[in-house]
Amino acid sequence: MDFKVETMAEYAARGETPEVLFWIGCAASFDERAQKVTRAVAKILHASGVRFAVLGTEESCTGDPAKRAGNEFLFQMQAMSNIQVLNGYGVTKVVTACPHCYNTLKNEYRELGGNYELVHHSELIQQLLDQGRLKVEGGHFAGKKITFHDPCYLGRGNNIYEAPRSVIHKLDAALFEMKRSREKGFCCGAGGAQIFKEPEKGNKDVNVERTEEALGLSPDIIAVGCPFCMIMMTDGVKSFNKESQVQVMDVAELIARAADL
Amino acid sequence: MIAQIIFVVLFAAAVAWFSFNVRRITRYINLGRDIKRNDQPWKRWKTMFRVALGQSKMVTRPVAGILHIFVYAGFIIINIEVLEIIVDGVAGTHRVFAPLGAFYDFLIGSFEILAFLVFAACAVFLIRRNVLRLKRFHLKEMTAWPRSDANIILITEILLMTAFLTMNASDFLLQQRHVGHYLTAGSFPVSSVVASLMSNLSSESLVSIERFCWWFHILGILAFLNYVPYSKHFHIFLSFPNTWYSNLENKGRLNNMENVTREVKLMLDPSASPTAGNDAPQRFGAKDVFDLTWKQLMDAYSCTECGRCTSVCPANLTGKLLSPRKIMMDTRDRLEEAGRLIDKNGKEFRDGKSLLDRITKEEIWACTSCNACTEACPVNIDPLSIIIDLRRYLVMEESGAPAELGNMFTKIENNGAPWQFAQADRFNWTTNT
Repeated sequence: MDFKVETMAEYAARGETPEVLFWIGCAASFDERAQKVTRAVAKILHASGVRFAVLGTEESCTGDPAKRAGNEFLFQMQAMSNIQVLNGYGVTKVVTACPHCYNTLKNEYRELGGNYELVHHSELIQQLLDQGRLKVEGGHFAGKKITFHDPCYLGRGNNIYEAPRSVIHKLDAALFEMKRSREKGFCCGAGGAQIFKEPEKGNKDVNVERTEEALGLSPDIIAVGCPFCMIMMTDGVKSFNKESQVQVMDVAELIARAADL
Repeated sequence: MIAQIIFVVLFAAAVAWFSFNVRRITRYINLGRDIKRNDQPWKRWKTMFRVALGQSKMVTRPVAGILHIFVYAGFIIINIEVLEIIVDGVAGTHRVFAPLGAFYDFLIGSFEILAFLVFAACAVFLIRRNVLRLKRFHLKEMTAWPRSDANIILITEILLMTAFLTMNASDFLLQQRHVGHYLTAGSFPVSSVVASLMSNLSSESLVSIERFCWWFHILGILAFLNYVPYSKHFHIFLSFPNTWYSNLENKGRLNNMENVTREVKLMLDPSASPTAGNDAPQRFGAKDVFDLTWKQLMDAYSCTECGRCTSVCPANLTGKLLSPRKIMMDTRDRLEEAGRLIDKNGKEFRDGKSLLDRITKEEIWACTSCNACTEACPVNIDPLSIIIDLRRYLVMEESGAPAELGNMFTKIENNGAPWQFAQADRFNWTTNT
């Protein structure tokens, strides 16, 4: 990274508050593939002149997988300690590239004392493009076929369907929709803590079913907006030995590349 | 006169029996835990008008959706005709609303067209179920009874519409022949066609047919009314309140467990008052129907087993055991079982069985919480909330999470992430290029 990503602690030490907190999330902090997305988001924010900060080592799991796996105790322990940190810094606005973190921070912290305005990175990118704070050249993706896989927790979970699509439309690429998209989007198979366990007995893996649908469109790129979808769809593409033809990319990576960041 | 007395007695008995069953089902639903679902009334009315009355989620599948609208509109509008039939039955009159004149002709004409559409739609539905054998009507949970239940409903509706149209056809012929009290009233766009097949019959035969169909139709309706509470068809009543009491939050949100909040606060702050909420200790999550909320139980009675949920469930579509429809059917069947035992043995009676005897762990753990089922449900039923409540019971009361999830919990507890990574490495993404 050719710029320094600042932490909330550093902002606080100067007595300043950033425009927005960039909540990374566990997958995007530790998974090597997802880290690339995290860096792309950071570059976009930086290039657009957004004054953002991260929690760095003060961040901890939102508790989403624990809650969905039925461990409400663990979820609330995580939530309360995160809320203490967030409220301690007076955080009001949070951007994240993880729809699971987005959902939990937005909808499930409220009753425990955490009220934050949440923005998915695709929404923020859309705003930055609309406001002209960020400019992209479409050339990189001219003539490319892209399909967008709706993350459940962004789409059905929080009714965000258009932001990632409108971001993709800024590229000179052709956006193709899968039959199961938007409200009818088909899960990648990771949610509800599934990614942390082997699937139950069945005749197919969920991610394979979904990837098959995406590959049916013969896309160049399967665009995602969630680190878990990224893992599942990448595995799915590999299972069809298509990784040399089809890339799985986050919308932030598309934009970062188009903006030459 | 005797006919009138018989009619009044049968009608009163049918209404009494029906209201007995409505009270029984209300009582069972109220065995559930309390939940507040009366905020934002304006939004609730809007949801009900859009989803239940306006059938907005039905038409996402146009064929079934439009056919269903025929049956639904027919059911509601033809009830105006049933009102006339009831008045005729009690007062011994014939076509008592006939003085409405041209408007009456319009009404009867519309009922006829609707009756024909109901007839046709039910016939197509029967074909879809039994000839085309659509997959969602023949999945595992669709055992003998649910399949028969659906067919009984469709065949009954076809018989009722046939009786109604045949009654009108004979009435139409008798009107033309100026027989007795058969005054000229109504218009018969459909039954006049049926009548052409009956024009050779004597007027005496036509009177017998007309009377037989009149009685068959109204007694059929009363019998059907009393069949409905024993059937999946109860959705015709409950879809309205069930959509009114919909979850208005973002679908991604799972509810906060306040009994857990109390305990966690006590853990974090020992000086907090342990009696802050001194309700009777409540089980964490749900083992049985009594641990679910009344809304979840109402959901179960609102389900008409259409299977749209299951037909979009990623777990089910990839061969896993989970079927959201089965979750709802199991909940309803268990509630019926437990409720009847309570009726017999008193409010505190428990039979030692539970919902978890019907829903297996393999089903519960296969859910990806993707909300495809809740999105697909035409009456806003929420199978996901039941799955999560069952998971909560398994994890917090029985430590029954699959081992891998247990490991995930431990990692979150130890290093604040569901994977084995050091907290100190959280910021490495900036340098890890």
